Amino acid sequence: MWLNQFLLLGALLFCIGVYGVLARRNGVMVLMSIELLLNAVNLNFIAFGAYHGTPVGQVFALFVIGVAAAEVGVGLAIVLLIYRNRSSIDLESVDLLKG
Amino acid sequence: MKDFLNDWGITAMVFLPLVGAVVMMLIPKAEEELHKTLALVTSLGVAVIGALLALNFDWDKSAELQFVVDKSWIEVIKARFTVGVDGIAMPLILLTLLVVPLVIIYSWNHFPDPVNPKAFLILILVLDTGMLGSFVAQDLILFFVFFEIVLLPMYFMIGVWGGEERQYASIKFFLYTLFGSALMIVSFLALFFVAGAQTFNMTELAALVQSSEVARTTQILIFGGMFIGFGIKVPMFPFHTWLPDAHTQAPTQGSVILAAVLLKLGTYGFVRIALPILPDGARWWAPIIGGLACVGIIYGALACLAQTDMKRLIAFSSVAHMGYVMLGIATLTDFGINAAIFGMVAHGLITGMLFFVAGSLKERFHTLEISRLGGLLKQAPHMGWVLGFTAMASLGLPGLAGFWGEFPAILSAYNPAPGLSVGLFRFYMFVAALGTVLAAGYLLWLYQRTAFGSPKDEFAHEHVHDVGTAEWIAWLPMLVLIVLLGFLPVIIFGMTSDAVEVLAQALAG
Amino acid sequence: MTPAVLFASETGAIAAESAGWFLKNAWVFPAIPFVSFLLILFFGKRMPKKGAEVGVAALSLVFVCALAAGAQWVSHVNSETGGHGAEPSADTTHEDDAPSAAAHATVKAEVEPGAEQAEQVHHVVHPVVTEWKSDWWTIGRIDFGIGTFVDGQAVMMLFVVGLISLLVHVFSTDYVAGDIRYTHYFAFLSLFTASMLLLVLANNLVMFITAWELVGVCSFALIGHWWEDQQNSNAALKAFLTNRVGDIGLLIGMIVLFFTAGRGESFNIIDINVAAASGAVSHTALLVASLCLIAAVMSKSGQFILHTWLPDAMAGPTPVSALIHAATMVVAGVFMVARLYPVFFSGLSIAGSPINALAAIGAITTMVGGSLAFVQRDIKKVLAYSTVSQLGYMIMALGVGAWTAAMFHLMTHAFFKACLFLGAGSVSHACNHSFDMKQDMGGLRKYMPRTHVTFLIGTLALSGFPLLSGFWSKDEILAGTGGFGLSEGANGNYHLMLVMGLMTGAMTAAYMTRCYWLTFLGEWRGADSPNAHHGTHGHDDEAVAVTVLAHHDDHAAEHDVAGAHDSHDAHDAHAGLPHESGPRITVPLMVLAALATVASVANIPAAFSFVPASWRLRFEHYIEPKSLYFPKLDHSEFSPVIAIISVVASSIGCALVVLYFRKVQAGDPKATELTNGPVSRGGLPKLAYGVLVNKFYLDWLYTDVIVATVKGPIARGANWFNKCVLDAIVIGAATVSKRIAGFTYAVLDQQVVDGVVNGSGIKAAETGGFLRRMQNGRVQGYAALMFGATAILAGVLVLAI
Repeated sequence: MWLNQFLLLGALLFCIGVYGVLARRNGVMVLMSIELLLNAVNLNFIAFGAYHGTPVGQVFALFVIGVAAAEVGVGLAIVLLIYRNRSSIDLESVDLLKG
Repeated sequence: MKDFLNDWGITAMVFLPLVGAVVMMLIPKAEEELHKTLALVTSLGVAVIGALLALNFDWDKSAELQFVVDKSWIEVIKARFTVGVDGIAMPLILLTLLVVPLVIIYSWNHFPDPVNPKAFLILILVLDTGMLGSFVAQDLILFFVFFEIVLLPMYFMIGVWGGEERQYASIKFFLYTLFGSALMIVSFLALFFVAGAQTFNMTELAALVQSSEVARTTQILIFGGMFIGFGIKVPMFPFHTWLPDAHTQAPTQGSVILAAVLLKLGTYGFVRIALPILPDGARWWAPIIGGLACVGIIYGALACLAQTDMKRLIAFSSVAHMGYVMLGIATLTDFGINAAIFGMVAHGLITGMLFFVAGSLKERFHTLEISRLGGLLKQAPHMGWVLGFTAMASLGLPGLAGFWGEFPAILSAYNPAPGLSVGLFRFYMFVAALGTVLAAGYLLWLYQRTAFGSPKDEFAHEHVHDVGTAEWIAWLPMLVLIVLLGFLPVIIFGMTSDAVEVLAQALAG
Repeated sequence: MTPAVLFASETGAIAAESAGWFLKNAWVFPAIPFVSFLLILFFGKRMPKKGAEVGVAALSLVFVCALAAGAQWVSHVNSETGGHGAEPSADTTHEDDAPSAAAHATVKAEVEPGAEQAEQVHHVVHPVVTEWKSDWWTIGRIDFGIGTFVDGQAVMMLFVVGLISLLVHVFSTDYVAGDIRYTHYFAFLSLFTASMLLLVLANNLVMFITAWELVGVCSFALIGHWWEDQQNSNAALKAFLTNRVGDIGLLIGMIVLFFTAGRGESFNIIDINVAAASGAVSHTALLVASLCLIAAVMSKSGQFILHTWLPDAMAGPTPVSALIHAATMVVAGVFMVARLYPVFFSGLSIAGSPINALAAIGAITTMVGGSLAFVQRDIKKVLAYSTVSQLGYMIMALGVGAWTAAMFHLMTHAFFKACLFLGAGSVSHACNHSFDMKQDMGGLRKYMPRTHVTFLIGTLALSGFPLLSGFWSKDEILAGTGGFGLSEGANGNYHLMLVMGLMTGAMTAAYMTRCYWLTFLGEWRGADSPNAHHGTHGHDDEAVAVTVLAHHDDHAAEHDVAGAHDSHDAHDAHAGLPHESGPRITVPLMVLAALATVASVANIPAAFSFVPASWRLRFEHYIEPKSLYFPKLDHSEFSPVIAIISVVASSIGCALVVLYFRKVQAGDPKATELTNGPVSRGGLPKLAYGVLVNKFYLDWLYTDVIVATVKGPIARGANWFNKCVLDAIVIGAATVSKRIAGFTYAVLDQQVVDGVVNGSGIKAAETGGFLRRMQNGRVQGYAALMFGATAILAGVLVLAI
């Protein structure tokens, strides 16, 4: 079935994203990886939507795109502020929440 | 106008002081004049509403509750916001309405240390709400809440603005009264469950207890709880020991309010709650109450004779005077209860006045040690006259207010309600009459030692200010009322007699 | 509830117009002096004469009104006894009596048998009652009303009080001139007069009590007029407190009457009297009431054993003593007994009995007062004890049923005793304000002729010298006892009272002779005379407040008779030989002396047939009530035997004293006592003297034993009880609670309950310490956890499904 291909692609993208989020130390790269995760999910939404013949999947995908845009905006702002304060965007050094 | 008063009059009167207090909280502490004016205006506003209520009160139906408001309040426990005024509550409400503005006027330039008019006046206004609320409440829980509200401001007044041992006195006052309240609320709850209809409404409870024939033993037990709760507040012998300390340590204003209004909450509780709801209990307890009242009369007078401090002496005289009030209540007759209500008002005016004078003396001489005072008539003749006049009123001189609290109370003991021991009460009558001699003894002895003779050496050359303007404004209404009520006791008796007759008939069985 | 209305309509024959304006509007009597009191109190100091003018004017007005009222009463009585049957109409003015009309009918029916009284109708003289209802004291259906009750007795008292008070006011303008509290003095005189008049006119017991207490307060204020001196304020306190003791009796007695005779709904005096006289009230109740009221009489009218305040009350200014403590206030007790006479008459079974409590107390008091008067060296105290003794006479008279005699004696006594007191004031005015007869007086006859003559008349009247007023009134009392069948028509046969009365008569003559001799005869022993500074005191340990302000400059030449007595200051400067007082002092004396002489014509015995019948027994005719509210009394006849015996007894008493002083002053005209008299020789006389000087140890008993015990150990005991028992219980409860609290806290709370709480806290912390390691703060760490956990969850999910 053609659904499988989309799911596989999504899973691949997701894995790349997870790797990026967990392994990269650059804040911007982490944000981009999050985008990858979200888009992997979007892919699945659309695929399932098309498969079941409903527009709901597309609606959700659009919604996620909107949220993602906002999230990236906030995230970049945070990264920018971290950079301003520390002249670095290395996430290893940001551990203010350490218990 | 009439509609407004019917629906909102009492509520407005009770809560206006609280509104004033809230407004004052928002104003910075430094604006002292503004605070004083605001407090005075608020209390006068309350008095005006009260006066309007009194004017619109239907005196022909003074036995019934008027201006009744009955709204849902705490549905879960069936407590309702029920307020109303009848002939029994009216004199005490008017007394409160009079005393509070006078105290504020007196305070104008007599703030005790640490001055802080803002806090002091806010406390007085909160007290005002508590006192008025207690007198209008027709629901046991509502009454209890107001009854307790009164404690806090008084606690702070004594504890912050009091004398040397203010901590001790204020805590004693607070805990002692709270102890009584605890028993009282237990009694209220017992009533709630025993009566059968799960209501806290006083009128309904009275009818329910009558019709459902609650066992006599139960009534006696419930009455016992109220007896201790109210008796502590009165205060009755032997629950009075908080009073001398509280009075001695309290600032003048606190003493005046305490003597004039707070003590009446206890006796009012008896007349309003304990007697009508539990007539059988009342009949069982009456000889005991009468006996303790007589002991209080003699005992308070004797203790007065031993005092060396003027304020403490006046405090003990309260014990004796409230003894007459309680004796009147204990006879369960309309004479006695009328006398008791008159006695409450008269004692409020007279003892309040005595505390005012004592406070002014303390301010001038920085002591109330009787042995150090003397020759007041020479140094401050007007004040000496006021003290003499008030002492005469306090010892129950006919023609002045005090007489009408004492004489009918003694009179009523000759013929107590049916079912009470006539012999015992006639003995009480004799003891109470004996108390009048002792009262004359300690008051005149006090007067002789403070006002007659010559000033002691330490004050002989001091210039003592005579009664000042603020003092005159605060005192004159009380002095005038003492004379007026003495000449025309019908002012009070006219208000109370109908309502009391209904009550007395219920008590007669 | 006014039977006045009731028997007005029942017996008819009352013409309302026969009651004059002053009788119906008697409220003006107390009102005038009361207004004067307010005026003087608030404006007196700004007036040119410092308020005295207001007082004098008010009292003049009262006196004139009293005369008018007297005249109207006479015509009222005449019209009522004249037998003109007018149509029934009430002489009672009611402002608001409509609602109570129905109630009257029933009361009336019980009280009055109706037609049987027809015979009595002639003799009924209705009192004039004016009542205002509904603005006094109302409880339920009971309205006590306020009103005036005027009858012969009240009218007589109006006259006496008005007259004496007026004279005392005039006297005082000179006597207390320059006093620091001159204005207050007059204010209180006015207030006193108002209260006394209110007492006289009261128509119910509550008003009566009010007035009774008010006169007590005025007495307190005036005795303590010079309160700087503690002795004076002590005397004032003593007077007030002793009266309060009697007031217990008054209160209880009135309450008993209210519930029995007043049926629990009326304080009205007429109601109570009618009920008591009709026999509708149980005898026991009346007996209890009268015994209680006797206690009040004992204190107010200075009867043994509560008389001790009266001599001490002499600490007040002399005019006050004359007005309050001789003529008016102290007779309030007598007045009260007379007012409520049916209560006493039936309660004590006065008729036909040989003794009763009232007569006994009166008789004992006469003797006690008479004997104590012997040992006083203070002229005012002699007179004070004499007052005690004479008040005893009046009470005795009431006790034996001689009502009219008692009232007559009350009136004559008011005249001559006021005359004597004011005379003593005049004497003291001349003697540097000393009242010590032995030290500062003597031989004043030469210096003060007017005072001397008036004082002599007063003395003679008091001693019962034939034809003076005191003789007649005393004789009526003695005849009224009916002892040994010496007089006809008395109510009982009180042998003992007659004997005691006669003995007192002899004693009275004796001590008054002594007093007169020491003051006016012999030679001047004052501070100014040579070699007589503080003369020999002998063993007299009586503490007398002697204020010898003697300025030893010789001002003998300046003692003018009539002029310049405007102020004490001016006066003190004249402290030389004594001199006659000014007209404002002597004129009242002369008026009173004249009255003391001629008052005898008021009640000429019926047996004196040489006097026209319309002149005989006028006092009895007009003053004694003839109505249902008064018991039917018998009236004793004049008894020549008793009159002769009493004159002989008095003469013997007088003669003995004259002989004594002849002997004393035979050698030294300034001597006052025998140097080797029986008293100094010890034995029984000395013992008796000691007892008398110590006033039968009653003062010691009251002050040192009773009052001191109450004020000392008992009061301290009560205070101790308060502190060490009641408060200790409270504090003990607090301590125990604290201990329990300590235990609860340390063991229960800290170890058990808190142990659980703390234990769970510690465990939680430990767990947290372990878990915190995961909180490394790195975003990617969290993300890894999240993904890992999600992966596990997903795996579980997949496996589970």
